Parts: sequence; structure tokens; C-alpha cells
Amino acid sequence: MGDNPYSPHTDADRKAMLERIGVRDIDELLGAIPKDARHPKLGVAPGLSEMEVQSHLERLAKMNTTAGDGPFFIGGAIQRRYVPAAVPVLAQRGEFLTAYTPYQPEVSQGTLQAVFEYQSLMAELLDMDVVNSSMYDGGSATAEAAFMAVRITGRKKVVVGTEVDFTYRRTLRTYSRGPQLEIVEVPTSQLASSADGAACVIVQHPDAFGTLVDVRAIADAAHAAGALCVQVTEPHACALLEPPGALGADIAVGEGQPLGITMSYGGPHLGIFACREALVRQMPGRIAGQTVDANGTRGFVNTLQTREQHIRREKATSNICTNEALAAITAAVYLSLLGPKGLRAAARAGVARAHSLAKRLTALPGCATANDGPFFDRFTLRSEIGGWELRNALIARGIQVEATASHYVDGRREGRDDVIIQCTELITDADADALVDAVAQLARSGETVAAR
Amino acid sequence: MTIRTQVIPDAGAKTPVPALEPLLFELARAGRNGRHVRSSETPEIPGRFIRKAPLRLPELTEPQVVRHYTHLAQLNYSVDTGMYPLGSCTMKYNPKVNDRVASLFADLHPRQSYRTTQGVLALAYELEQMLAKITGMDFVTLQPQAGAQSEFTALLVFKAYHAKRGEAGTRRRIIVPDSAHGTNPASAAMCGYEVTTVKSDARGNVDLDALKAALGPDVAGFMLTNPNTLGLFEERVREVCDAVHAAGALVYGDGANMNALLGVARPGDLGFDCVHINVHKTFSTPHGAGGPGAGPLCVKSHLRPFLPKPWIVRETEDGPYHYDTAREDRAPAGLGDSIGTIKQRLGNFGVLVRAYTYMKTLGEEGLVETGRDAILAANYLLALLRPAYDVTYDRPPMHEFVLSAAKQKKQGASALDISKALLDEGFHSPTVYFPLIVPEAMMIEPTETEPKETLDAFAAAMLRIAERAKTDPAAVRDAPRHAPLRRLDEVGAARKPVLRHKADG
Repeated sequence: MGDNPYSPHTDADRKAMLERIGVRDIDELLGAIPKDARHPKLGVAPGLSEMEVQSHLERLAKMNTTAGDGPFFIGGAIQRRYVPAAVPVLAQRGEFLTAYTPYQPEVSQGTLQAVFEYQSLMAELLDMDVVNSSMYDGGSATAEAAFMAVRITGRKKVVVGTEVDFTYRRTLRTYSRGPQLEIVEVPTSQLASSADGAACVIVQHPDAFGTLVDVRAIADAAHAAGALCVQVTEPHACALLEPPGALGADIAVGEGQPLGITMSYGGPHLGIFACREALVRQMPGRIAGQTVDANGTRGFVNTLQTREQHIRREKATSNICTNEALAAITAAVYLSLLGPKGLRAAARAGVARAHSLAKRLTALPGCATANDGPFFDRFTLRSEIGGWELRNALIARGIQVEATASHYVDGRREGRDDVIIQCTELITDADADALVDAVAQLARSGETVAAR
Repeated sequence: MTIRTQVIPDAGAKTPVPALEPLLFELARAGRNGRHVRSSETPEIPGRFIRKAPLRLPELTEPQVVRHYTHLAQLNYSVDTGMYPLGSCTMKYNPKVNDRVASLFADLHPRQSYRTTQGVLALAYELEQMLAKITGMDFVTLQPQAGAQSEFTALLVFKAYHAKRGEAGTRRRIIVPDSAHGTNPASAAMCGYEVTTVKSDARGNVDLDALKAALGPDVAGFMLTNPNTLGLFEERVREVCDAVHAAGALVYGDGANMNALLGVARPGDLGFDCVHINVHKTFSTPHGAGGPGAGPLCVKSHLRPFLPKPWIVRETEDGPYHYDTAREDRAPAGLGDSIGTIKQRLGNFGVLVRAYTYMKTLGEEGLVETGRDAILAANYLLALLRPAYDVTYDRPPMHEFVLSAAKQKKQGASALDISKALLDEGFHSPTVYFPLIVPEAMMIEPTETEPKETLDAFAAAMLRIAERAKTDPAAVRDAPRHAPLRRLDEVGAARKPVLRHKADG
């Protein structure tokens, strides 16, 4: 007793249990294990008390600079947004947090109804027919969308825009090594003319650099070529922009993290996955559905399970089992607290901030935006300093931004050396001033360097 | 609200069961809202891009939302409310300190520089080392976000390994036992492999002769869960691994049942080439009503070159941690033999922090005690239940065991009926109808964190139900009567799917 603080057994308990089993020692039960492999020495340090472990983790955490420590403009798929106080209080309740997958629906109605409501809210936001109960993240959702399109069309070519988030493209390429799909990357402007022979065309709107894209033309071209249109999207953008369902997307995917989920250095997050009703039998992942109990009372269950691995094994539409249900519930709590007005307000604040910042920054010498068209709540800033150098110089001043240099796939450069400025409702006037002042200073000294 | 009462034998107390809850949409009234975020800005968006589709999200006040989700939470069974003996799911207690320290790492973006995230990298680096030690492997990737994604990652690694040896085209098959989790064949198929299933022998092991017959130059790998889904340790595990290796194929360890092996045996010492870890099982991170999880993949050094990138490296003992990229944040200058990237950077880091904290809390001795206590609990519970239920493969189990309700089925109460009757007794049900090789299977995993009195109460409930199956099977078939709902019509749900609430009705 006492080596594992979460073990409840007293010495007397252990003795009584062994007696009932009919052995003197646990070792008598381990006969199937090769003798020389039993009881390995692990070489892990001795355990800590809760107080010790708390302070150890606090020490590690202090070695980081958090997003809240200074002006923060890194974003893209994962965004720093305001999370109402009630979101974690509700979503992290032990009854949600420590429940398993709802295999016994009679005692899992909390999970099932909350997930059904998530599906309903998200379907409304995306204007799509069906939303599943979650994928791991935006990247795996994108890869699974491509796999789904391959199943539906019987084609093995996938065309993806180079302005789709680079992490999604990397995951897509990696996943595609399994079934050996042909992945063709073309600039978004060439997607419409590249759809021939493709299972799907994958377009992101707003794209990774914030640019607004004419998805409808791409969807029309895809459909004319017998391909599906997969749109990668962002939840806040859908509150203000025409949603995927209205633009002709057959499958809509994206990262749901901005909906009240913490950034947590990349996860756990929320893969959004939606499709048209006619395609639902090829959809990956769990789906909650409405039904009745033996008394005719409304209730909810996981449904259309004959698509899933625990029933269909190698014939399943995906291998996914554990998903991100808690993140889906979190997103639903967030959406129900903000409502349509709050969601639009949060989105508007980011867009307005991005546009006012762009105006101020492009007034500086040698600075310009480098988007391919109108942009949403982030934009690329090109300067004579170069994106990578500007990013590093800003980090040295306590301002965190991302450089487009990150957006390589397999080491291939894409002709951009800019920084990306993501805005949300959390960017303050002081943050904006700090960025403009720093870029102004750097631009001036950059001129000096160039003149030398 | 109507209140019904439910007897919780475990606690001996009466707890009210809340009534069902309306949908969010039914609670909403146009014009209601909070003031969590506001903005008076009118952004400049060209008209052709602006949303014209209506946005019919429900409008609610914060107090309504709080009550709604509180009521929904009360309809859920969870580890925080009671014993959750789901086999192969390892529903152990989820320590609260793990959740609290995870929040210390919440406000960090994965695209931050290594210079601003040294604490993250130090933690992840040490976690990789601890996982390698515990599994007996050499290297670890933290990227996979769940067990199934880790399986898929490993199979991509296998593919790259064989391709490197000039056998990309020939090794097209993956072998799985008939007792395997559904994710194994599903992952193999998703990775472009053909799947061959081999049967189990009379002692619940992989049938070695059947395996040898299935092996050949076209086999890429064999996926093995050990202990297997019967809760039994593979008695000839080294011969199994040797046979696979002799055919030039690789052995994948499905780590779903790793809790049994903590400090008891290491897959790396048994012949496995790799093993995944479900930290949401073995290392106590909460299952979150279905997810998130995290599925680190631990490999022997011959598979390291193929692991996803980037890798965390450190040039000197006290130097900074960074990624093995020519310039940080860029894709590695040439991926080398790596399969690519499964998930940016470090996977589900917020989950991994919890697992790290748990391992630091337990330490060497605590980890060893965990495996042994899990085995103790399963064997004790089996001893209590053996008089009433059949045991198809009867040898000492590890951390879980599988009963058959075949006898009860003949009396008129199936495994499904028994699982529903347990809900009325205040317990969650075991995993039922899995593994597929046991008729009327009930797979029970008590875990090491349930006290003896709870195990006794659970056994008493199971024995009461077995008795009722003899005397009044109709009553068992009628369960549950005291859960928030009676049995749900799953067939109807699938036949006429209603997958969302529609604003129009």
C-alpha cells in the first residue's frame, strides 16, 4: 500500500483478495509471461506528492512565453479567442469529462444530446445537411474528406490548393501514402481548371493567408468534371461569409478550436466534418441521431454505425474510434452562450481590426499587403526586411507573429517571404500600436541596412 | 421537474435522477442573448462574399445555458459518479491535479518559436523518454491523437520500412487475430493493405500454426494486442514474434491493454517492433465522453528513421530544446525516410501534459503497483463471478476478463439484457458482444482504482442479476427501469435518420 496514491487497497484488502483468488502472491498469476521478461526495472524516477508535482509543472510552464504575455498575432487554423467563463465550467464537468463513448445510451443522454445539439448548431452555421460528432482536428478531417471522395468517385487523384493551410496539406500527403493517392497541388486560382479526373478539389476559404476565395466557381468546375468540392473553412468566418453549403461544397471540414477550446500547443482540438445528406453513408466517424425509447419518449443514440470499425472492421469508412467529443460539447456550449449576435460580433471585431491594422502598416515605408485579393481577419505583410527576419525581430521585441516561410510542404518553397497577421477580438488597441511601432522602427532601420 | 429515485448500492444512498432536458433550440427565444463579446464595427467585406443564408442559432441567456448543460451532465454516467467496468477501455480514476496543471499550458500556440516554448519541449522530451523506458522501446513520436491514428501511423511506418528494403510492391498484407479490436483491420485497410484474419487456439492464444500458414513474402506485418482482448497474456508471444520476423514482416503492438503490463513486462522485451499507448487508458487522462485521447507510438531503433517529423532534439546536456529542422518552423530540410507529418508538432499536447503528470506522480514504484493491482482486481472479481457465469477461456487473466452469458441467454436473459439490468443496479455495464469469439461476451475491466467494497458490490449486483435470469428473466429483459430512459430504438434511428434539429421543424 502506498506506492500508487490512487490505489485504494489496504494490506488487509490485498490479503483477502488473494485468498479469494486462491494464490499467495500476484506472481502466481503471471506464469504466461516469459520469466526473464518479468518485473523489468523501468528506470523512472520515484513518485512525487501532489504539491511537488504541481510546483514541478509550474516551473516548466514558466519556461514558456504564453500568448497572453504580449501582443500576439499568430493564428491560422488555431486562434486565440475570448472564452466565456461558463464554457470550461460547464464543458469540463466531471460527468462529461470522465464519461466514456456513449455505449449505453440510457445512461449517456447528456453526452448524446449535447453532441446532437453540436451537430445541429454546426450544420446551421455551415449550412450543411449533416455534421458528424467530430474528427481529431482540421488536418485529419481534410485527409478523411479526400479519402471519402476517393471512395465515392473511384478516382485516386486529389487536387488541393497551395493556399490551404500547410499543416493540413502535410497531413493529407502523409495519409495519402497509405492508399497511394495522387496529390496534386496547384494555386487556388488554378483549382477550377485542374478538376479533370479528380476525386475532389480541396479549397480553403478564407485561405491560409486570409484571402477570400470564389468557392462557387471552383465547386461548379469540380461538379462539371465529376469531382466533389471539399471546402476547408473556419467557424467564425461562417458567421459573416456565405457558408460552404451555399457555395456548393459537398464536404466541409475545418478546425473547431476557435469555438471556446484552448490552444494548448496544438491539441486536443476539434475536427469539423460535414457533408450533403446523399453522401452520409460514406461519412467517417460517429453520428448521434434522434430516436425514442420503449415508452415513446424522445432520446438520442449513436446511429448509422454500420459505417464504423467496431461493426464493419476492414470495410469501415474510417478507423476512427476515440474522437474529440468533449471538444464538440465545448463548441456547443460556446455557440449557445454567444448566440448569433455574439458570434458575429467576435468575427466582426477580428475583421475590422485586421483591416485597420493593414491600413496603418501599409502606410509604412516599404510595406504592403501581399494577399491575392480581399482578405478576412488575417493578412500577409510584405516588407523589405523579409518575412523570416521580421518575425524574428518582432519576437525579440515580445511580439509574436508567424512567417509565411513556415508554409512549405516537403521543403518546397512557395515564393512568399512575408509575415501573417491574424486578428481576433482579443487584439487590443495597445497590441496594434505596439505592432505598428515595432514594424515602423524595423522598417526604418531596414532602410539603413539597405542603403549601406 | 419530475424526480425519480435510484438506489446506488455502492453508496447505499438514494440519489435523484433528473428528468430529461429540452433541446437548446426549444429553450431559445429570439432577442435573448448575453454580452460575452461585443463589437460595433462594420467590417469591409465585398458584398458577393457576405452571408445571405439565415443564421438560426438559438438565442439564450447565460443562466439558461448553465442549467441546460448542468441538467445534461446529470443524465450521464461517468467515472466521477461510479464504477465503469468497460473492458479494454481502462476507466480508471482521472486525477484532478492533472487537469489543473494542463491549464498552465493552455495559452500556447503550436506555431510559436522554440524559443518561447522551452517548457513544452522539455516536458515532451522527458515524456518520450519515460514512455520508451516503460515500453522497452527506443524512440517515441507523440503526434498521433488516438490509438487508431497511432495504428495508422505505424502501418505507414511499416510501408516506408519495406519500401526502403525494396519490398514496397510485394508486402501487401497485414495479419490480425480474430480477437483484434475493429480498429486494427480498419487501419490496415485505410492504409491500403489487404487484411488476413487468423484464428485463436483453445487457450485463447493466437493459433501459431494458422499464423505460420498465413505468413509469407507478401506480408508486411502482424498486429497483436497483448494481453489480448480476452484479457489473456499470449503464452507463446516470443515464438509468435519470431515467426513474423522470420517471414520478413514486423510486429505491431496494440497497447490498448498496456495497463496490465505496467512494471510487469515490456513489449520491447517480448519481440514487438513497436507499440502504441492509449494515454486515455493507461495513463489516466479523461476520456471526455468519447475523446480526446492521445496515442504516442513507441518504436525500436530500426523503425526510427520512418517516424513522423519534426523530432525534438537537444545538442548538449543543458542546451535549448528545438526541432530537428534546418530552420525552425520549416518543414525538415528533406524529410529523409520519414513518413511526413500526422499532426503538427506534438499532437494532443494538453492530453500529454496530464499523462506526464500522472507518471511523475506515480514514479517507478507507483507504476509497478498499478499493473499488479489491476491484475489483482480482475482476478478477484473473476473469482467472485465464476460461480454464476461461464468462462470460455479459463486461465488466469491479466487486467480484464471475459465472461459468457450463454447460460443466461438460454434462461431468457442475454448479455445485452444483463448489461441493461446493471444500469438499474447503479453500475455502468461491461463491454458486451466483444471479443467476437466468445458467445454472449461480457468483457469486464475493473481497473486498479476501485476499492474492494465497490468490487464486492458490483459482484453482488451481477450475482443478483444471474439469479433473476433463472427465476424471472422477463424482468431482466425489461431493464432498465430506473435509468433516465428505457431502452432506445436503435433500429428505428438508423432506418429513418434524424441527425440534427432543424429550425423549420
